[in-house]
Amino acid sequence: MKILIVDDFSTMRRIIKNLLRDLGFNNTEEADDGNTGLPKLQSGNFDFLVTDWNMPGMTGIDLLRAVRADDKLKTLPVLMVTAEAKKEQIVMAAQEGVNGYIVKPFTAQTLKEKIDKIFERIENA
Amino acid sequence: MESTPINRDLLLEKAQALISSIESPETSDEQLETQIEEINTLRDNHLFQELGKMTREIHDSIMQFRMDSRISDLAETDIPDAKDRLEYVIEMTEKAANTAMGVIEEGSPVAEKLGAEASVLKAQWQKFRKRELSPDELRAMGNDVEAFFDESEQMMSKLLSGFTEILMAQDFQDLTGQIIRQVINLVHEIETNLVELIKIQGETQAKEQPQKAQEETRLDGPQVPGKETSDDVMKGQDDVDDLLASLGF
Repeated sequence: MKILIVDDFSTMRRIIKNLLRDLGFNNTEEADDGNTGLPKLQSGNFDFLVTDWNMPGMTGIDLLRAVRADDKLKTLPVLMVTAEAKKEQIVMAAQEGVNGYIVKPFTAQTLKEKIDKIFERIENA
Repeated sequence: MESTPINRDLLLEKAQALISSIESPETSDEQLETQIEEINTLRDNHLFQELGKMTREIHDSIMQFRMDSRISDLAETDIPDAKDRLEYVIEMTEKAANTAMGVIEEGSPVAEKLGAEASVLKAQWQKFRKRELSPDELRAMGNDVEAFFDESEQMMSKLLSGFTEILMAQDFQDLTGQIIRQVINLVHEIETNLVELIKIQGETQAKEQPQKAQEETRLDGPQVPGKETSDDVMKGQDDVDDLLASLGF
C-alpha cells in the first residue's frame, strides 16, 4: 500500500506519516501542494491519497478535481484532512468525489476509523 | 486645485464705471467709495467661493474614507477578532507544550526504572556466567528475568502511546501557522489603509478608493471556538460525519 501525503506544513505531514506507520502503512511519500503532488501521483503507482485543502499553489480541492479528471487516477481513494469546516466546503468536497473528510484538529483514532471505512467500502463495492 | 476665474467682464465694467466717476467732477466722494467697495466685494466673493470649494473637497474626501465599510470593519471587527485569534494561538501552543512535558515527566521515570532493573539483571547474569550463583539464586534470577520481560512489554507500550501523544500535540504548528498568516494579512491591509489616510490628509485631491478586500469564496482556515466564521461551520468530526452520512457516505 503506497500512500501520498500532501500538506503545506511539514509538521502535519510528519504527524500523518507517523500515524500511518503506526497503522501499518510504511510506504509513504510527501508533497507540499497539488502542483508537486499531482506529478508524483501520475508517475508513482499510489494506492491512496491523503491531502490538505488550503495550500499555496494548487489547493487540495483542485488536486481532487485533477485526480478525478485523470483516466489513470480517477478511482484513487482520496481522504481530505483539513481545517476547513464549513458545510458548503464539505458538500463541495463530497460532490467532487472525496472518499473521506477529517477536520483538524483530529485524533489518531479518527484517522484509523476513516481509513478503515474507506477500504471497507472499496472491498464491498 | 483648479481656481474659479475672476469674472473679468464684470470687473472691467465696474472698473470703467469707477474711472468715469473719478473723471467726472460731479461725482461725490461717497459715490466713489461705494464703487470701490463694489470692486472689493467682487474680489472677496471670489475668495469665499474658492474657500468653499476647498472645504467641500476636504469634506468629501473624509466622508468617502469614512464610508468605505472595509475600514470600519477593520476597526470594529477584524482587529478584536485578530486579538482573539492570537489568544487562541497562545492557548494551543501552551497546550501542546504541556502535553509534551506531561508525557516526558511520566515517561522518564519509567525508562529509568527499566534501565535500573536491567543493570541489576546484568550483574546477576555476569555472576551466573562466572558460576557464582547458587541454585536458589539462579531460580530467583529466572523469576526476575520473567518479571522484567513482562514489565518491559508493558512499559514499552506505555512509552509508545506517550510518543504518539507528543506527536499528535504537534498539530498546533499547522493550525497556529494558518491563524498567524491570517493576522499578517490583516496587518498588511491596515497598513495599506493607513497609507491611504495619509494620502488624503496630504493632498485633498487623492481620490482613489482604498482597495476593497476580496469577497470571493475564501478559505477560512481553522475555526476558532466562539469565532466561527459562519453559521454553517461544523463543530467537530461528529458533525462532519453526520453531514457526510446525510449525503450518502
